[in-house]
Amino acid sequence: MNKIDKAVAGLTGWFNERAPGFMPAYKKHMSEYYAPKNFNFFYYFGSLALLVLVNQIVTGIFLTMHFKPSAAEAFASVEYIMRDVPGGSIIRYMHSTGASLFFITVYFHMFRGLIYGSYQKPRELVWVLGVLIFLVLMAEAFMGYVLPWGQMSYWGAQVIINLFGAVPVIGPELTEWIRGDYLVSDATINRFFALHVIALPLVILLLVVLHLGALHEVGSNNPEGVDIKKVKNPETGKYADGIPFHPYYTVKDLFGAGFFLTIAAFIIFFVPTVGGLFLEHDNFVPANPLVTPLHIKPVWYFTPYYAMLRAIPDKLFGVMVMGGATLILFALPWLDRSPVKSIRYRSTFSKIMIALFTVSFLVLMWLGMQAGSTTQTWVARALTAFYFGFFIFMPWWSRIGETKPVPDRVTMHD
Amino acid sequence: MTKIRFLLLSLLLAPGLALASGGEVHMKSAQVDLDDKAALQRGASLYMSYCSGCHAISYHRYSRLSEDLGLTPEQVEQNLIYNDQKIGETMNTGMNAADATAWLGKAPPDLSVEARAKAQGADWIYNYLTSFYVDEARPTGWNNTVFPGASMPHVLWELQGIQHAKTEPKHKNAKGEAEACEMGEYKGECIIGFELSEQPKPRMTPEQFDRVAKDITAFLAYVGEPNAAKRESTGVWVVLFLAFFTFLAYLLKVEFWRDVH
Repeated sequence: MNKIDKAVAGLTGWFNERAPGFMPAYKKHMSEYYAPKNFNFFYYFGSLALLVLVNQIVTGIFLTMHFKPSAAEAFASVEYIMRDVPGGSIIRYMHSTGASLFFITVYFHMFRGLIYGSYQKPRELVWVLGVLIFLVLMAEAFMGYVLPWGQMSYWGAQVIINLFGAVPVIGPELTEWIRGDYLVSDATINRFFALHVIALPLVILLLVVLHLGALHEVGSNNPEGVDIKKVKNPETGKYADGIPFHPYYTVKDLFGAGFFLTIAAFIIFFVPTVGGLFLEHDNFVPANPLVTPLHIKPVWYFTPYYAMLRAIPDKLFGVMVMGGATLILFALPWLDRSPVKSIRYRSTFSKIMIALFTVSFLVLMWLGMQAGSTTQTWVARALTAFYFGFFIFMPWWSRIGETKPVPDRVTMHD
Repeated sequence: MTKIRFLLLSLLLAPGLALASGGEVHMKSAQVDLDDKAALQRGASLYMSYCSGCHAISYHRYSRLSEDLGLTPEQVEQNLIYNDQKIGETMNTGMNAADATAWLGKAPPDLSVEARAKAQGADWIYNYLTSFYVDEARPTGWNNTVFPGASMPHVLWELQGIQHAKTEPKHKNAKGEAEACEMGEYKGECIIGFELSEQPKPRMTPEQFDRVAKDITAFLAYVGEPNAAKRESTGVWVVLFLAFFTFLAYLLKVEFWRDVH
């Protein structure tokens, strides 16, 4: 044993004596957390979403050093960041691109859960916590979008806050309470800033810890949907199809992160607005309460739900449909009655339903960006009906057709 | 599996592409090149002569003109600052908003991010500057096909000369209803182009004036995002570094996973 080894052993011993719970926690969550060895492409998005969260927090901290959360100064302070703050424009683009990438990773992550049945028993709690993160993330993104105080920030806030006016009896007072004024104003941006930079991020961080904690209790699902805890290696006594998260998945996710960051850097440095998709043209016009933009639309990640809202003529019913479309996700673990988890072993009918659901969600996303012609409104109505039908009738259709036999062990394709 | 991935990615990108291709009015390209310093310098000079009297660029500092356009601070002070402002200040206008509203009906907008505020980007400015025509019905005597009812007069008319609208009767559809005009309408007819009147004689040839409109457009595109050119040149190295990092991470992953497969 040389001097360095001795010093390290000494320090580790000193640490373990004083914090005996740390090493077991590290083992439980990293070096002895056994994850199925057959994770595929879709399993990168969990760690990538975490990476984007860290990016949002770090870049966000630097933005708050220069941003002024007031109606009079917000727009100018963003341009100040873009021009006068060293590195400011890159930090701002990292944050604005990060918002869109957050939703891309989260949508892929949720889609993964959907196709491989990751929400099924015993992982219902993991799913429910995940949906909660999604809801808080939407609130976080909306409030962040209001802060640059451009025309779309202002009128987007106006539209979204007015939705609460549809609540019976207390509606008008409720919207006033949210805005802190009779119209979207200085009071609104100031409180949205508080919620965006501290309140909601704290909630998201807590929920992420709980999401991972709940996952590590039950273990990860996999593309085959088989339970790796069934078969142990007789020699080692460990799960035959499991591998320690660290180092195997840390190095694999490192590669995934590198790939993802390369694409992210390309967007940030070469096409930061993505042709008006990530940063909208109208938001380069300062907020003006007297001029309503011709075409108010949210950023792409909210458009599926916006399309549903617009498709319903009645305001209260429209708000209920839009809210219901996200809340119904909570029920998914109890709606699915399929005997198998993964789409690979599901019946043809189930496969078709999941494919149609995916396509209808993407078409709704596109419809939400359009001005909304009569035909488009009717298509949106039909797809909204299908969206709800998919969930409401799931207990019935998920049992239809013949499933394929699920193997005991994972098969290592992909 | 690869096919599914491709399908998913293309579905994800489809709305963006659909959005990108959905231009409303056909716009001529201003061929803005942010690395063409000479064009940006000419644009800055033209902007200060013809635009800065009414329009402010209130988020951009004069000093950036010297840093970004290859000019010395003295050159900027002597040639580009027309009022009593200092070089460290932002490019404000001498006209105050109340006067502007009284004279023109509407205060001229700040042009700091004008090039980014339109779906057509900076090309919108180029097309706007070249599309003024005489319209006696307007308070200023000018109208514009790109921005009908604009309250701005044709400030560059001496350079370009006076354009008159060429019109033709509206087309009728099968039901006998008049169809909408592509370029807008003038005196109940559709505008199909412009005619340059010979008197008074323009100070510039059409080619020279086209250059002027393009230079002002390039300058406003630069002002819209002064760091854009530098951002792209930095980006090349960032992307290359990350691509190399990803390659190394891939080798590391393969090495570790040897005992799994």
